[in-house]
Amino acid sequence: MISLRGLPELTWLETKIFLREPMGAIGTIAVPVLTFIVLGRIGVGKTAEVSASVGSLFGAGGVPVLVSILIANSAVLSLVTIISIYREGGILKRLRATPLRPLTILSAHVIVKLALTAVTMILMMLAGRRYYAAGPEVPLLAFGLALLLTTWSIMSIGFVIASIVPTARFAQPIGAVVLYPMIGLSGLFVPLAALPPGLRAVARVLPMTYAVSLLEGIWRGEGWMAHMGDVGGLFAVFFICTAIASRVFRWE
Amino acid sequence: MIHQTDDDRSAVIRVTGIRKTYGSLVAVDDVSLEVFNGEIFGLIGPNGAGKTTTMECVEGIRTPDRGTISVLGLDPFRDVYTLQERIGVQLQQAQLQKRIKVREAVQLWASLYKKKRAVGDQLLEQLGLYEKRDAWFMTLSGGQKQRLFIALALINDPEVVFLDELTTGLDPQARRAIWDLVRGIRDRGKTVFLTTHLMEEAERLCDRVAIIERGRIIDIDQPERLVARHCPERSVLLTTADAGAAESFARIPHLSSVSSHQERFTLAGTGDEFVTDVIQSLSENRIRVTEFRTVLPTLEDVFLKLTGHSIRD
Repeated sequence: MISLRGLPELTWLETKIFLREPMGAIGTIAVPVLTFIVLGRIGVGKTAEVSASVGSLFGAGGVPVLVSILIANSAVLSLVTIISIYREGGILKRLRATPLRPLTILSAHVIVKLALTAVTMILMMLAGRRYYAAGPEVPLLAFGLALLLTTWSIMSIGFVIASIVPTARFAQPIGAVVLYPMIGLSGLFVPLAALPPGLRAVARVLPMTYAVSLLEGIWRGEGWMAHMGDVGGLFAVFFICTAIASRVFRWE
Repeated sequence: MIHQTDDDRSAVIRVTGIRKTYGSLVAVDDVSLEVFNGEIFGLIGPNGAGKTTTMECVEGIRTPDRGTISVLGLDPFRDVYTLQERIGVQLQQAQLQKRIKVREAVQLWASLYKKKRAVGDQLLEQLGLYEKRDAWFMTLSGGQKQRLFIALALINDPEVVFLDELTTGLDPQARRAIWDLVRGIRDRGKTVFLTTHLMEEAERLCDRVAIIERGRIIDIDQPERLVARHCPERSVLLTTADAGAAESFARIPHLSSVSSHQERFTLAGTGDEFVTDVIQSLSENRIRVTEFRTVLPTLEDVFLKLTGHSIRD
């Protein structure tokens, strides 16, 4: 049996340590929430006047989905940064020279980031009530679960990125370069059908595409059963990237 | 602290013919050594000699390409988690989370082991860290960080404690304080396995040392025996105005050379008897000296002799 001894202690400790770093905590939580409010103010009553591509964002769940994806991305970027700082500082190595299992050390960080994602999403919903009052047709709990599933899946890519960044200094930029372009191809701005065949093929293997489809669907009130393909896609990304990460991950 | 002969003691660490390469670099080549119960054993050599790699193989953090290791009768690779419960580890150049508090680190570590040593607070008090228990790791001085790492290495009341370059970067005062701590660990019946590139540290602290160079062990013994074996030369530096001194000195047994500069003489010889012989000569010939000093070789000299270069090169 895999022992997870120390997981609650380590998770709680990492949460406290994360909150003690003002830039990290505020940046990760505040940026998506502010984006949400700003986009909300632009969007209110102006849907018809803005250009078509941006206008599509103000359709059903467009902005909430975009901001949710940003939340997931910043959680993953924060994970990549922390893991690379911990590796560079020998913290990962020191933790490994204890009865802690490697899986426990990494799981603690994943849990902290998932909690952060949940908190940020709740703040976003509270902050954006005026602009995107979620109607009774929006199952917020299900939407939250979909977002956590998305974050969890993309975090596996985060571990692959964290394995290849040479030093902690490069973690943030390399992570951003890998993660943000995926949003462009996710179908959020341009429908998948409108993409050239080559890009469409790329979009098909990106987790962001499945995440957007799932989040939009749930926001519109569709059931999980209708989006099993998206859920499967996110799981597939998780398993493939975790398999890669477990081979290439460096502890020191 | 060597009161017993090697044969009376049981080996708690037994390393046989290990080899470890990183790409084309051979870090450790055919290293064998034994560490006995209740001693402070030092692996000494310059940076890059293979000290840390050897130690990390013994701790179960690395796997050797070849050879066998047994620690407390366990295989460090196969039984790593059983072993972790019974050993304490301090790693070279390790860090903790910048904003972890001293007390939190101790509590976390305590939660990880089945067997817990007394109370964390007591340990912090012993190590002079109690006042710092609410301080963030990043605010601690080098010496305080090292003492915290010692606390973490001792939290599970380990039978064997591994200390890798424990005092590197510390000022002499902090270094001495840490030496006392390490002696205290041994005096409680634990076995200590340490690495250092400081010959003075090895000489003052270790019961036995292994000299390692370019991944190979050159010799293993008590520091004083290594010195006696490889550097039996002794020198006496003295100052005398006696005009006939040089003539008398020439008759001292075991003398290998005499040199003088004005009234200052340097007498070099070999063997444990040499200093006594010099004193006897002074007394028999009624030579009055205003200064008398013996210079004994150190591990540093042993290292130079065995490797042909200084450990600092």
